[in-house]
Amino acid sequence: MTNRTDAFKKAAEERILIIDGAMGTMIQRHKLSEEDYRGTQYADWNQDIKGNNDLLSITQPQIIKEIHSQYLEAGADIIGTNTFNATTISMADYAMESIASDINLAAAKVAREAADEWSEKTPDKPRFVAGSIGPTNRTASISPDVNNPGYRNVSFDELVEAYGEQTTALIKGGVDIILIETIFDTLNAKAAGFAVLKSFKELGQTLPVMISGTITDLSGRNLSGQTPEAFYYSMNHLKPYAIGLNCSFGADHLRPAIQELATVATSKISAYPNAGLPNEMGEYDETPEEMAGKIEGWAKDGLINMIGGCCGSTPDHIRAIANAVKPYPPRKIPDVPRKMRLSGLEPFVHA
Amino acid sequence: MKDIKTMTTDNNASVNFINIGERTNVTGSAKFRKLIEKDDYDAALTIARQQVENGAQIIDVNMDEGLLDSENAMQTFLNLIAAEPDISRVPIMIDSSKWSVIETGLKCVQGKSIVNSISLKEGEAPFFEQAEKIRNYGAATVVMAFDEEGQADTADRKYEICERAYKLLTEKLDFPPEDIIFDPNVFAVATGIEEHNNYAIEFIEATARIRKNLPYAHVSGGISNLSFSFRGNNYVREAMHSVFLYHAIKAGLDMGIVNAGQLVVYDDIPEDLREKVEDVILNRRDDGTDRLLEAAEAFKGEGGKKQVEDLSWREQAVNDRITHSLVHGINKFIVDDTEEARQNAERPLHVIEGPLMDGMNVVGDLFGAGKMFLPQVVKSARVMKQAVNHLLPFMEEEKRLNGTENDAAKGKILMATVKGDVHDIGKNIVGVVLQCNNYEVIDMGVMVPAQTILEKAKEEKVDIIGLSGLITPSLDEMVHVASEMERLEFDIPLLIGGATTSRIHTAVKINPNYKKDQAVYVTDASRAVGVVSKLISDDGASYKSEIRESYKIIAEKHLKAQQAKKRLTISTARSKKHQIDWKHYTPPIPEFLGTKSFRNYDLATLAEFIDWTPFFATWEMNGQYPRILNDEKLGNAATSLFQDAQDMLAKMIEEKWVTAHGVIGFWPANSTGDDITLYEDETRKKERATLYTLRQQIARDNERANAALADFIAPLETGVPDYIGGFAVTAGIGEEEKVKEFNAANDDYSKIMVSALSDRLAEAFAEQMHMRVRREFWPYARNETLSNQEIIAEKYQGIRPAPGYPAQPDHTEKETLFNLLDATKEAEIELTESYAMWPGSAVSGLYFSHPSSYYFGIGKIEKDQVEDYAKRKGWDLAKAEKWLNPILNYIPD
Repeated sequence: MTNRTDAFKKAAEERILIIDGAMGTMIQRHKLSEEDYRGTQYADWNQDIKGNNDLLSITQPQIIKEIHSQYLEAGADIIGTNTFNATTISMADYAMESIASDINLAAAKVAREAADEWSEKTPDKPRFVAGSIGPTNRTASISPDVNNPGYRNVSFDELVEAYGEQTTALIKGGVDIILIETIFDTLNAKAAGFAVLKSFKELGQTLPVMISGTITDLSGRNLSGQTPEAFYYSMNHLKPYAIGLNCSFGADHLRPAIQELATVATSKISAYPNAGLPNEMGEYDETPEEMAGKIEGWAKDGLINMIGGCCGSTPDHIRAIANAVKPYPPRKIPDVPRKMRLSGLEPFVHA
Repeated sequence: MKDIKTMTTDNNASVNFINIGERTNVTGSAKFRKLIEKDDYDAALTIARQQVENGAQIIDVNMDEGLLDSENAMQTFLNLIAAEPDISRVPIMIDSSKWSVIETGLKCVQGKSIVNSISLKEGEAPFFEQAEKIRNYGAATVVMAFDEEGQADTADRKYEICERAYKLLTEKLDFPPEDIIFDPNVFAVATGIEEHNNYAIEFIEATARIRKNLPYAHVSGGISNLSFSFRGNNYVREAMHSVFLYHAIKAGLDMGIVNAGQLVVYDDIPEDLREKVEDVILNRRDDGTDRLLEAAEAFKGEGGKKQVEDLSWREQAVNDRITHSLVHGINKFIVDDTEEARQNAERPLHVIEGPLMDGMNVVGDLFGAGKMFLPQVVKSARVMKQAVNHLLPFMEEEKRLNGTENDAAKGKILMATVKGDVHDIGKNIVGVVLQCNNYEVIDMGVMVPAQTILEKAKEEKVDIIGLSGLITPSLDEMVHVASEMERLEFDIPLLIGGATTSRIHTAVKINPNYKKDQAVYVTDASRAVGVVSKLISDDGASYKSEIRESYKIIAEKHLKAQQAKKRLTISTARSKKHQIDWKHYTPPIPEFLGTKSFRNYDLATLAEFIDWTPFFATWEMNGQYPRILNDEKLGNAATSLFQDAQDMLAKMIEEKWVTAHGVIGFWPANSTGDDITLYEDETRKKERATLYTLRQQIARDNERANAALADFIAPLETGVPDYIGGFAVTAGIGEEEKVKEFNAANDDYSKIMVSALSDRLAEAFAEQMHMRVRREFWPYARNETLSNQEIIAEKYQGIRPAPGYPAQPDHTEKETLFNLLDATKEAEIELTESYAMWPGSAVSGLYFSHPSSYYFGIGKIEKDQVEDYAKRKGWDLAKAEKWLNPILNYIPD
């Protein structure tokens, strides 16, 4: 295990690492039916489960593995497990809370297999599995009721419990990295981080942590209102190996936020934007060339250490991005003075 | 706004001082405590806001009061602060002597806060446990100079405890030293007890040692403790705080819990008082306390200055004040302002539709421009709601006076923001507007799952469901709700609204999933009432079918646009050109090179080649000829029209109303890239002209080529001698006179008829000429045996695309063709300045002979090709964009 952690850190020192692209976009291409989602295992489930993509790691593992393999073939160093929604909280939509843990285990295994096959094929380019921990469908710091701003529909403790179960299963399944991603409410992510530290302690094993927030509107902040720098200070106690942003907008809109993080963060910077802005149908239509063209500028300007794609990106996008950033060295970690760095919605640095 | 920076003349010592607001502390502020005890959290928030406005860089929140449920109060207040962006922009100091309260607070804040405080009071074990948790929650912490022996009061003890805690934290726990803040205990001085006199000095000395010896750690203190014995004399207290800070900051104090709104500037303290205060703080004389007490009498009652708030915006007109309150989320004045607006308005509803909606539009614009962010917008919505709540009783009263209060609601509408989305301003506005128009609205709030919505809708037997959403995933969720409605056999309309929704999305994605009734996109709140009333009215069914029809058209258009949408770069497109195996192909050779004219072509011959289907289309009768003559609906009219046409055509031929001229030509040619080079003669040395062609940039899923006309001509590098032809024909010479004649006679029918027939004759001329080219002049199909109908159906080899049409949309290419043919002289066709042919009944084009050549449309093209095309044609980009404007896949700068 330590060997892979070392190999991961070594690779990240040497070059810009490539993160995979969208899982959902690729699953959509298979146009799966309710029966496909159910597989043999859940044929008799008492409610509809079509759309429960995370479940596919159990019912259609060959599809998930094939998607992982396509990204690895396209040049991804890091693949994310298909576990974005695999918490008891999100699985409640399908009344599948009880199998959340199994899903994580299965997803980690299938990703592990795919990554190991490619590590064997290209020994000088070892591949890594990041256990994906999503935001859940609830917000710990925003009230769902406009008339009752003090109300919350999920508590920190509930999140810690759900995330803890997920993290433990991912680690047992063999992931190399913990990836807390698509963070729209920082408090959710803090709960995830709290749970991750707890799992590390319980299992006696520490993995590199990557943290990736998301910017939700043109103000350049996350949904719960924090600026990127404030967000970094809120998460920095986890000593993330990498901090960054994903999803959000396309690469061009995301750049200022990445730049902001790259200036203040002593962690590596990761980014995996969407393939452009959604059009009026909510679809992403930036081509691989367009997306890679924008991202090349980031690499050229030394902003990034890890790069990939989110919604709408495909193996072609990842291949184009990998080619585009190949000539450039990874971002150098800046010399940031040791100061007390606090945050509310905005950063506060003690002079 | 004041801050400590202005308090001292010694800037170096003061810049690094952070003031922490102390007023949201139940132990320090009786006013705040009373508000919390009364559950008046709105007013409590105002205190927090004032502190931030007055320059507090962090706010201290403390709920330690015996009678309070402190955990609960801490959680409630911090949750509320989270919804107040102008407060929560700063970090929070979570202040309690109870660990359980601190931990509750840590679970409520997304920012990185400070815990105040932990200590070694209970020994190392709990200290470690708490410090580790604080680190894992992601906070900095204050450590009090307190150990198992008690609270430290001398400089030595203070420092020793801090040093021990520092080592434990940094060496055993890897706690970041910059996140440690020591509080060496500010105790009251001038209490009358002699041992207390040196407390300020001890603090200042300990501070200096901590800052010198414990790297990166900070020092803070609760400053108002110092002046505890002067309670009731705020003037003197403020002076004491200022003097103390002046000296402590110099020693290295870099944070302090202070009343940010009430700090007097050191230099502003009257010199006499300042000296006496200094004597006490620095313990310079034994009678210092007595002297200060004596002097203090004179200042009793002067108190602190009033809080200053910038209220200049209150001077504005009422509508502007309402906008200000909405934009800034200020609820303090909104009821009064709304009332004022109501008194000015004819009806209470007008206040909603006028100033309140205007204000929310400003909010919407700012949000759209990224100048406001979500929590701010949510606050605006709350203020809006307050205003509306104020107006509701007046509207009820209005109804009562009108005698309409007992009227049943016009309909019941359920509204919800879909699962996964928290945006609801738009939905709230729509709800209010509908309510004001006497609809019953059931608002289910935000993040509502489909199942919950639909169960409620059934239970309440609502007439309409309205869904709202702002983020893109909500679009899918809306589709899901629609398909669930279909599955559960709902038969009520579904309204769709919110920023990312669109008519297209509703038409293309939602509409097809809900056929049992109708999904309707609503642009904005102002349309909602109109749409709802039409849907519920007796005419509802026809309104729905209108919508259904328009959505069908939108969906079809979208599908077409979609197919044409994905573009390749021009270089990629070129790599996918139409492939022809030139090695194994020998192009046919024309019978002559150069041009040949045809004057006064026989009209009767042309009449046989007329394609009648477009003729009927001219008269807006769509259908294939000859089937249309027997069409159930159009048959009679078509037959009679056809008869009239035949009669007039006979006369046209007989009486030579029009004359037909034409010219054709052939030239040696080869392609170079996307261009076709024409040569003077067979030696192919001297270039005669260049025909520029455009290439399809559509991204396809299949193997079809991205064609350009140049693909059908042998490339120069193949060495294969190829040819291209061109033609221009008209049957419209004389047409204009006839048109004028009928016009003068007010005979519109004949006027249109003669034009339509001339047009058909010109097309027939082109067809006839093309046939002769294939069989006689470029006889690659000498033995072609197609019937006229088969010819009209284009079942022959080769094509004759025209500039200005889909395969080459650039009209200016006609100029080259006309020059080659000398068409204006030979066929009497002129080009207007916009490159239209005159007379209009004329056709021109190029002849391609290769068997695999085909008609295609260029579709939309990208800027890279336009730039390249402009360069090839010697144009600037603007000119190219002008002529290619209809096919640009982008908006030119």
